[in-house]
Amino acid sequence: MTWSEVFELLEVGLQETAWMVLVSTLLTLVGGLLVGVLLVLTDKGGLLPLRPLNAVLGLIVNVGRSLPFIILLVAVIPFTRAIVGTTIGTDAAIVPLTIGAIPFFARIVESALREVPADVVAAATAMGATRTQIVGKVLLRESLPGLVAGLTITVIALVGYSAMAGVVGGGGLGDLAIRYGYQRFETDMMIATVVALIVFVQLVQMVGDLLVRRLSHR
Amino acid sequence: MIEISGLRKTYRSRKRAVVAVDGVDLSVGEGEVYGVLGQSGAGKSTLLRCVNMLERPDEGTVTVDGRDLTKLRRGDLRIARQGIGMIHQHFALLSSRTVAGNVAFALEVTGTPRAERRTRVAELLELVGLGERADAYPAQLSGGQKQRVGIARALAARPKVLLSDEATSALDPETTESILRLLLDLNKRLGLTVLLITHEMTVVKRICTSAAVMRDGRFVESGTITDLLKRPGSELARDLFPLGLRDTGGTPETAAVGDGVAADKDGRSVAGDKDGRSVAGGGDGRSAASDRTGETIVDITVSGADADEPIIADLARQFGVDVRILGGSVETLATTRAGRWRLALPGTRDDNAAALDYLRKRGVTA
Repeated sequence: MTWSEVFELLEVGLQETAWMVLVSTLLTLVGGLLVGVLLVLTDKGGLLPLRPLNAVLGLIVNVGRSLPFIILLVAVIPFTRAIVGTTIGTDAAIVPLTIGAIPFFARIVESALREVPADVVAAATAMGATRTQIVGKVLLRESLPGLVAGLTITVIALVGYSAMAGVVGGGGLGDLAIRYGYQRFETDMMIATVVALIVFVQLVQMVGDLLVRRLSHR
Repeated sequence: MIEISGLRKTYRSRKRAVVAVDGVDLSVGEGEVYGVLGQSGAGKSTLLRCVNMLERPDEGTVTVDGRDLTKLRRGDLRIARQGIGMIHQHFALLSSRTVAGNVAFALEVTGTPRAERRTRVAELLELVGLGERADAYPAQLSGGQKQRVGIARALAARPKVLLSDEATSALDPETTESILRLLLDLNKRLGLTVLLITHEMTVVKRICTSAAVMRDGRFVESGTITDLLKRPGSELARDLFPLGLRDTGGTPETAAVGDGVAADKDGRSVAGDKDGRSVAGGGDGRSAASDRTGETIVDITVSGADADEPIIADLARQFGVDVRILGGSVETLATTRAGRWRLALPGTRDDNAAALDYLRKRGVTA
């Protein structure tokens, strides 16, 4: 295999990985924020105490967190087929990626929101703020640096998950590494994917760190 | 402006119940600065948080500006809260917003239009002396400046009432002084009613018109500062004006054996009840007398205009008594100047009857 062939394949792989990570990150962002905020609000002493809902959400998140991703990947195949219509390709991989990442990110959101001092929330309540205002302008806004840092961690985890998805026909860099590097002993390809992944993750972390620094005024 | 009656709040955990506020009645008139003094754990913080329903009281009513907050529904309570400003010990500012942004937040909550917000924020920052730091973030400010932001924010919605939760406890004495001056100034200029809780006597001394001492969830004593000063045996008066070492124990003059006139073991309180109270009824001062071997010990408290008069010098001049001052202090309080002294007059109480009478008539009495 020549280097130009390697680069050609690598380009496709990188694009596929980037696509899977991007879409699942966006979905995770929405789902994780929702679940994370609900976990905080419905907790005892929260702004909207609802113990049953809190318990159910907590359970779901814990179940999601306790399954190794590779198992989750296989376990949700019927669900994936129902939604996407196929279980092969990057689009199909997005389903398990999102399902796996939402509980992960939800816990990060939860702990970031809990970092907002109670007296700041009390101050907003005492000013007569609505719950929506408190969630949007106090909880989420105040924990934004933590949320961005958490999202960075999630994106990097997703890059890792996406490589596993490649194993079951998801495409992307993981797919390349398995098919060429592992099954065909193409060492050049293996090295290239490793380097590509390292660079990718480094870039994500750098952008994340930069954003956190910009946002933090503590 | 604030009426609290029969307020009770118990915290229950699995193992035990802690009664934080145990039947408190409190009335704060418009424009008053009311201080609740107490150690940590006395329940004063819970009491304050019950005033704007941050804590729901178990029993009792809380009426602010004519509305019983315990009976309001969520939406109405929100509106009512907008009329009650609050400042916090640790400032509770939004770290992600600038000084201006923090003040603007209170206005966003009330739905003030953007343009109006801007002018109002500038006005408020000017009021608290932070006009130049509008674009700074809280992390860049000193403690005193942060509390000024807190005050500006609390006043944004033009509340009639300000609740202060240990607002100066995290500040050094000098900064405390400047914040207290600001509060007093706002109280005077805006007619703001202030209810504050503190564990610092200085705060009560400097700005309060009325005060209460809280212990174990109850008010031990309460009233206007002037009344408390006159009340014999008042802890607050004693703490405000310590007479010296012997007074802190609460039972002075145990060695008092007079020339047959009131050989009291507990000179001050006995005599205080006899003389002090009758005096207190008449005016804004109090005197208590007790005998000692060859000397009469007198505690006098003067406040108001009388505090500026040379009472002790007059005593010496007019009656020719060699007054000795055993201890005492003069303080400028929020409302008045007041002084409290323990004097020793040579001779028995009978010898000094005229002088005592004079004291009661002057300043110390009407």
